[in-house]
Amino acid sequence: MAQARLDRNEQINGWAFIMPAMVLLGIFMIYPILWSLWMSFQVGRGNAFSFGGLANIQRLANDALLLQALSNTIIFFIIQVPIMIVLALLFAVALNDATLRLRGIFRTLLFLPCVTSLIAYSSLFKSMFSNDGVINQALMGLHIIDAPIPWLTDPFWAKIVIISAITWRWTGYNMIFYLAALQNIDKSIYEAARIDGIPAWARFCKITVPMLKPVILFTTILSTIGTLQLFDEVNNITQGGPGNGTLTLSLYIYNLTFRMMPSFGYSALVSWVIVLIVAVLSVIQFFIARDRRRTT
Amino acid sequence: MNSYVLKRGLTYALLSFAAFLSVFPFFWMVVGATNKSTDVVTGKLSPGDNLITNFQNLASQVDLVRIFGNSFFIAIVSTVLTLIVSSLAGYGFEIFRSRVRERVFQLLLLFLSIPFAALMVPLFVLISRAQLNNTFAAVILPTIASIFIIFYFRQATKAFPHELRDAARVDGLKEWQIFLFVYLPTMRSTYAAATIIVFMGAWNNYLWPLIVLQTNENKTITLVISTLTAAYTPDYGVILLATVLATLPTLIIFFVLQRQFVAGMLGAVK
Repeated sequence: MAQARLDRNEQINGWAFIMPAMVLLGIFMIYPILWSLWMSFQVGRGNAFSFGGLANIQRLANDALLLQALSNTIIFFIIQVPIMIVLALLFAVALNDATLRLRGIFRTLLFLPCVTSLIAYSSLFKSMFSNDGVINQALMGLHIIDAPIPWLTDPFWAKIVIISAITWRWTGYNMIFYLAALQNIDKSIYEAARIDGIPAWARFCKITVPMLKPVILFTTILSTIGTLQLFDEVNNITQGGPGNGTLTLSLYIYNLTFRMMPSFGYSALVSWVIVLIVAVLSVIQFFIARDRRRTT
Repeated sequence: MNSYVLKRGLTYALLSFAAFLSVFPFFWMVVGATNKSTDVVTGKLSPGDNLITNFQNLASQVDLVRIFGNSFFIAIVSTVLTLIVSSLAGYGFEIFRSRVRERVFQLLLLFLSIPFAALMVPLFVLISRAQLNNTFAAVILPTIASIFIIFYFRQATKAFPHELRDAARVDGLKEWQIFLFVYLPTMRSTYAAATIIVFMGAWNNYLWPLIVLQTNENKTITLVISTLTAAYTPDYGVILLATVLATLPTLIIFFVLQRQFVAGMLGAVK
């Protein structure tokens, strides 16, 4: 009897503690997600919409801009994420060496970009990459280029600006994760490998990287979500241009909803495309993680 | 020995170069804030004498006290409410376990990876219908129950000693009293770290405030910077001064609380 009352108490308290969060998540997350599913089948402008059947899906199939946004996002992802992760790993390994002097200062300086807001640093980058700006001046001064590069007016170079900006902002952030994980690796493994005469690069590939696999996977997932969310930088530096060369999925949805003729139904459908992409990527990452666990 | 020296030199060279690239934009921002816009876009690297003029121009375009007040108000209220609601939930999920709540938690983790872009359209319609458009409540409310912070507190609660809770129960404390008087003081450093992440997130938030805050007097500093940058002929001296002002609070937090700052960033993986 007393036990039953105790159990009931546990149940009541368990729900009571999580209730405020659950109510808010229900209103501001679950409900919008479900509603956007229903809205995906609505057509019309602004707040006046009606059932449109599969009209939105037809529009989706012929949407060249969506395709462009999707391919830009994929390009950002495929090029930027590996560069950033390799750099972060290199810095982390270099800074993990206890005999290195000034490592505290190096760590702080490399991490510093993380304190800037996405809007503040993208405004900075926009001013640095102007046509006669400091970057072109420096590259010409060093005789790397002869004429200024049209950073912000050429679709290709604009992508490079965005990629460098994101890499600047997030490399130190990833590095901190790797540093923390490196500190948990047993030093005697390296000791043994060194005594066996295994060279440094092999120790890096055969010990460090496999030991860090879970953290690398975790940061890759974070970066994947980050890339799909990419908005602040492109909206502030290039506004998706030139020629939609830096249009991202988030920016496209924003434009669809708030800049062009607002059609909430179609934007909702495009939102669901993102949800589907995230779901597929999560499943892929889950299987990669599982395979690795099996082989090691 | 020689190859050791070479390798060392190479490491220092690489790290110094990377550190230079990391810091240069900060230097650029501070120097640019003292220069005329025409000097900024032509890459002038020495401090100028335009700081006062830039400040006057900025102050004449935006009500700085009001804008910073908005930013601080939103960031502080969001932080306090998020910490209360999300730490309660994290604690609840970890301490009172049941099969149903475990399923609910797994569902939340699934939602963690849904990008905000997928939510903003229905969220905007919801906020408009509730007539909360252009209010701070519209900015704050959707961010309070943060799955990430709930997860963070659940992870941290695993380290909360069970003996403390059992002892408090024997003493006859109610569950909410245990949370308030035993758990909260014990987990101070967890709260400190979470405060930093949530405050930073709220201070720097852009996309959602951009959607729901329309009038100039309700804008945050982040929105102001982006408006200034989007101008047809942006005044970069003014913009860089504004970014200096917007970055100062987080920079100060970073240098004062560096350890908790890093701990907060790492929190979820431990």
